[in-house]
Amino acid sequence: MNTTDTTTAPNSSARDRVTGTAFTRGLGVVILAGMILLVILGLFVSPPDANQGESVRIMYAHVPGAWLAYLAFVVTGISSAAYLWKRTRSLTWDRIAGASAEVGVLFMGISLVTGSLWGRITWGTYWTWDARLTTTAFLFVTYIGYLAVRGLGGTHQQRARRSAVLALLAVLEIPLVHFSVELWNTLHQEASIAGRGTDVEMDGLMLFTLFLGVVVFTLMYVWLVLHRQRSLALDDMLDDSGLDNALTARRAEAQGVAR
Amino acid sequence: MDNAGFIFASYIITFGSVGAYALGVIRRSRKSSRDVPRDQRPWL
Repeated sequence: MNTTDTTTAPNSSARDRVTGTAFTRGLGVVILAGMILLVILGLFVSPPDANQGESVRIMYAHVPGAWLAYLAFVVTGISSAAYLWKRTRSLTWDRIAGASAEVGVLFMGISLVTGSLWGRITWGTYWTWDARLTTTAFLFVTYIGYLAVRGLGGTHQQRARRSAVLALLAVLEIPLVHFSVELWNTLHQEASIAGRGTDVEMDGLMLFTLFLGVVVFTLMYVWLVLHRQRSLALDDMLDDSGLDNALTARRAEAQGVAR
Repeated sequence: MDNAGFIFASYIITFGSVGAYALGVIRRSRKSSRDVPRDQRPWL
């Protein structure tokens, strides 16, 4: 007689097999609506810039991408500090740090590529060894290294400790990247909106589109980190409980039945 | 629109890469979820 182990059996409901909740599903709908609105406003409705012309439309993806990468790396740093502090030590912090860094690398990559496309239009080149571009590329590579370090062997605690130390060092690069446009003479413009002494007059619709981009990207970040963090938790649970072995045994059993 | 190719490409790359990453995370989660009991997932 075949019996089913109810503690480890595949879940019957498709909803049970995902890392989503009612909150993330609702958030996903809001993000999709925001993305559609952002594309319409960014590509077709907002006016061209007086200096940059149509290329300003790339800024609605480039600037939020850069902002989100900063935010993600700062969250990685804070979560890592929380892990290292004995009173708050929990692998959840480590997983949040890892998820946030991964999403940050994605957004930093987006920012670099879209910036490169904008540079081709405005500067006539995809890349130049400008201070902002170089420090950003260095930050990007640093966090790829961080993700590689997370993938090294060892226990979950060893992984968490070594990556937390690295994250606390890596986060120190962010002020260098941000202030690189003030510290050195660069092709890259200074902050247009929140910079020191900036007095930029921006069309209301352009400002709204940029703001919408930041909001939509921030929501995307929250959604992605929630899911990735839960996905990492599942991976850790599988490691801890030795379910991998059980899975292999079950597959062998299933193949035996199929024959 | 001037430089439409660059501008459209930047949007396609942006939303395409985020979408691909999101799908990858969901697919991986589904695969792992299959072998973790529901009661061990605190978010459910």
